[in-house]
Amino acid sequence: MTTIATTDTVERALQTPEQTQPWAELGLKEDEYARIRQILDRRPTSCELAMYSVMWSEHCSYKSSKIHLKRFSELESVTESGPLLAGIGDNAGVIDIGDGWAVTFKIESHNHPSYVEPYQGAATGVGGIVRDILAMGARPIGVMDSLRFGPLDAPDTARVAPGVVAGVGGYGNCLGLPNIGGEVVFDACYAGNPLVNALCVGVLRHEHLHLAHATGVGNQVILYGARTGGDGIGGASILASETFTDGGPTKRPAVQVGDPFMEKLLIECTLELFQAGVVSALQDFGAAGLSCATSELASAGDGGMHVDLDAVPLRDSSLRPEEILMSESQERMMAIVRPEDVERFMEICAKWDVLATTVGEVTDGDRLVIDWHGERVVDVDPKTVAHDGPTYDRPIARPGWIDTLQADGADHLVRPESGEELAAAVLALAGSPNLCDTSWVTNQYDRFVLGNTVLAQPQDSGMLRIDEQTRTGIALAVDGNSRYTYLDPARGAQIALVEAYRNVCVTGARPQAITDCLNFGSPEDPEIMWQFTEAIDGLIEGCRALGTPVTGGNVSFYNKTGEQAIQPTPVIGMLGLIDDVANRVPGGFTTAGDIIYLLGETSAEFDGSRWAEVAHGHLGGRPPAVDFDHHRRLAAFFDEAARAHLLSSAHDLSDGGLAIALVEECLRRHLGAEIALPGDAFTALFSESTGRVLVSAAPEQAEVIAEAAARHGLPLTVLGHVLELPALTVVDQFTLSLDDLHDAWAAPLPEALGAHV
Amino acid sequence: MRVGVVTFPGSLDDGDAQRAVRLTGGEPVPLWHASDSLGEVDAVVLPGGFSYGDYLRGGAIARFAPIMGDVIRRAGDGLPVLGICNGFQILCEAHLLPGALIRNEGRTFVCKDQILRVESADTVWSNAFTAGDEIVVALKHGEGNYVAEPDEIERLEEEQRIVFRYVGNPNGSTHDIAGVTNERGNVVGLMPHPEHSVDPLVSASLDGRGFFASLEAFLARAL
Repeated sequence: MTTIATTDTVERALQTPEQTQPWAELGLKEDEYARIRQILDRRPTSCELAMYSVMWSEHCSYKSSKIHLKRFSELESVTESGPLLAGIGDNAGVIDIGDGWAVTFKIESHNHPSYVEPYQGAATGVGGIVRDILAMGARPIGVMDSLRFGPLDAPDTARVAPGVVAGVGGYGNCLGLPNIGGEVVFDACYAGNPLVNALCVGVLRHEHLHLAHATGVGNQVILYGARTGGDGIGGASILASETFTDGGPTKRPAVQVGDPFMEKLLIECTLELFQAGVVSALQDFGAAGLSCATSELASAGDGGMHVDLDAVPLRDSSLRPEEILMSESQERMMAIVRPEDVERFMEICAKWDVLATTVGEVTDGDRLVIDWHGERVVDVDPKTVAHDGPTYDRPIARPGWIDTLQADGADHLVRPESGEELAAAVLALAGSPNLCDTSWVTNQYDRFVLGNTVLAQPQDSGMLRIDEQTRTGIALAVDGNSRYTYLDPARGAQIALVEAYRNVCVTGARPQAITDCLNFGSPEDPEIMWQFTEAIDGLIEGCRALGTPVTGGNVSFYNKTGEQAIQPTPVIGMLGLIDDVANRVPGGFTTAGDIIYLLGETSAEFDGSRWAEVAHGHLGGRPPAVDFDHHRRLAAFFDEAARAHLLSSAHDLSDGGLAIALVEECLRRHLGAEIALPGDAFTALFSESTGRVLVSAAPEQAEVIAEAAARHGLPLTVLGHVLELPALTVVDQFTLSLDDLHDAWAAPLPEALGAHV
Repeated sequence: MRVGVVTFPGSLDDGDAQRAVRLTGGEPVPLWHASDSLGEVDAVVLPGGFSYGDYLRGGAIARFAPIMGDVIRRAGDGLPVLGICNGFQILCEAHLLPGALIRNEGRTFVCKDQILRVESADTVWSNAFTAGDEIVVALKHGEGNYVAEPDEIERLEEEQRIVFRYVGNPNGSTHDIAGVTNERGNVVGLMPHPEHSVDPLVSASLDGRGFFASLEAFLARAL
């Protein structure tokens, strides 16, 4: 395409209808190309072909997922404060949190770029989601990251993981956004396809809510931020729709390069532009660059748009118009500005040393026209680019292997019996890659900046103060569980959902709504589509039962190495509200003498558990049961307990069951515990039954806690008490010193990754 | 107590520094890098962040910002100046303080609650402490490894101009140096962030308040 010497204009397209075009190389299918010709009633120009190809890619058009995602709209889109202010279809969902404040949050994937170029792929993933939040009119106030890599001991993990972590940190730290939590998981299924999902949350006053609609004939189209370069050309269509095969040519140039300093200026500049009231509409530049920004802004408005590509400031003057339209250069925004506001707009940009250029204007009619060197290179109905892409109702087939897999439960696995064996199993789990200390990762992220971080990793959820006077705040958790989702996609997605729900509510916040990042294999595989639609079914059922609408999110398909798809990995970001962050309930035992309780019920559920993985490398059977109503009662209990300051600590039980929860609670402040286990010790320690929380409280609160738990219909078991003595004792079974536990727990990540930074 | 806080392009902790001034009873005065005057202030804080992106070297470009002329001039007249993290780097680049900050020995960014030992209570910004005190202050940086020529380090030791030392060195700094002062004791730079250790809801300690209490005590004496 770049070898075309003469400009391919609309006129030329009309004169040379039979000219062959590289639609296949651009990722379009034959029928999609035919449809473009039908829409235009001629062949597309090369610029138009570039625009359609990126905008109709799976990444931008959601063509395989759209008909399924629509079903999220069946959920009632209200939270306790009323209807969502923006939801699915906007750049990000917006929730009213009262007092004139609103919160917007979204999670997005940057998986494929992060495999090719771990640092830049992850960095620009953070940059992209931050701009999504900024584009809503919000000040970004925090980020989270959900990371999945190949096995911890795989050589390529030592290349990918440190780079991704440094990229997330390098970008977010330089942007001045606290990283308040996330996850890091290692599994062989991600060996050739890591998952890098980044979440950003922002806060805004209602009156600053901005939606991306280009309206008002004569209004100016202003491009501001970084210059446009050759980075990330075709990244959206080529990178996001292909998988990596060994020995292929390097695709390094298709990954964008981030400049967090420019993004920091862009944030401050944009917020000042909002304050000054000089922005009519705003769109961030994500995948598909100018193609996306112009066609989305124009199609969402009530007019057309004219753009002069010659006006676009370039970093590389040799770029062809097709490349300018496809470039994914980072740190750019597009604003629609009334003519009388342009001068003030430019002054503010100049103050922040941000380059701003008028590149076009809103026009009468409904066409998006783009000129280059005085010739027309694009003349399209923008809706056909942005919204009328193909939609596929892909074939769905329940895999034949699922019955065999589900029949292969963990019952036949040899279990530890003696106290000594149980102790060894606890140590082995604590020192395993997915349950060990993640501070090697999280200590590379600034969690203090902006001065509102009430809770951050390793707490169950991150918590940010929104208002210093009223002390109102939000809590956020992100969770996924690919093992359970592999065994049963609907149930697995629900387990991720209730885990995020629990993580938010145990800190004292009330869960409100979710954003989701759905990471799956190829949608062209009917079995993958089965996993995908099952997961969506599960989420819809769960969200309805929990009263938490889906506000938006992201789908990432084609996550596979060769023909091997990743385990299906829906990642859920749950947002909660707390009226007074001073009521937050922290994790970690705080006070010797406190009573330790378990809320919730434990059944013998080991299929897909971390114990089965660590002790036997086993994955089979059926995931644990989920009780949504029980979770709503848990949330009500914690809301009440937090307000009344009944609890010293609370920690959700999930991976690794009670055993790991106890280890983490003891190690946080190096306080011991003495525990008497009800029933079978192995089940009590390693089952991963959902809906359970470990809490500690002063003895004088015992009666009130028992009464509240009973009133909320929650099973409550006294397990033991917190000790000054640094050891974890399970009566009649074993005693483990906290030093030994700490050594095992703290070692894995620094040992495996520390030498590779 | 009017305390100026300079915002450079890429400053990140400027708002936190202003809040810390406010929470400790002072009046924060936002200052813009492009201004050539500090105006009416009793002290100035150069906050943390990545001024101008710090792609060249931490503080290397900010040191030439227009406002730095007045910072250097008035520091010479005895104006209290506190450089935090990137601010410390800027003060070193501006030669208001000796030495330089290079990449952490462990090569990664480090974020943690850090124990510091107060080595000198004889500065404008540390007189509310007692030498030997151990305090906890938030720390977060990728380039905080303090280096200087051996004779410079010797001089700092002899003149007791090392104000804070790390207890458990997080970045490889020479002699565990976390913060230093100039000969007069009015200019202090350190890598940890006292402005992030003033608010009980978001900090592991309130030890950062001591920095501003020190300033207040100094200004009260100076009146």
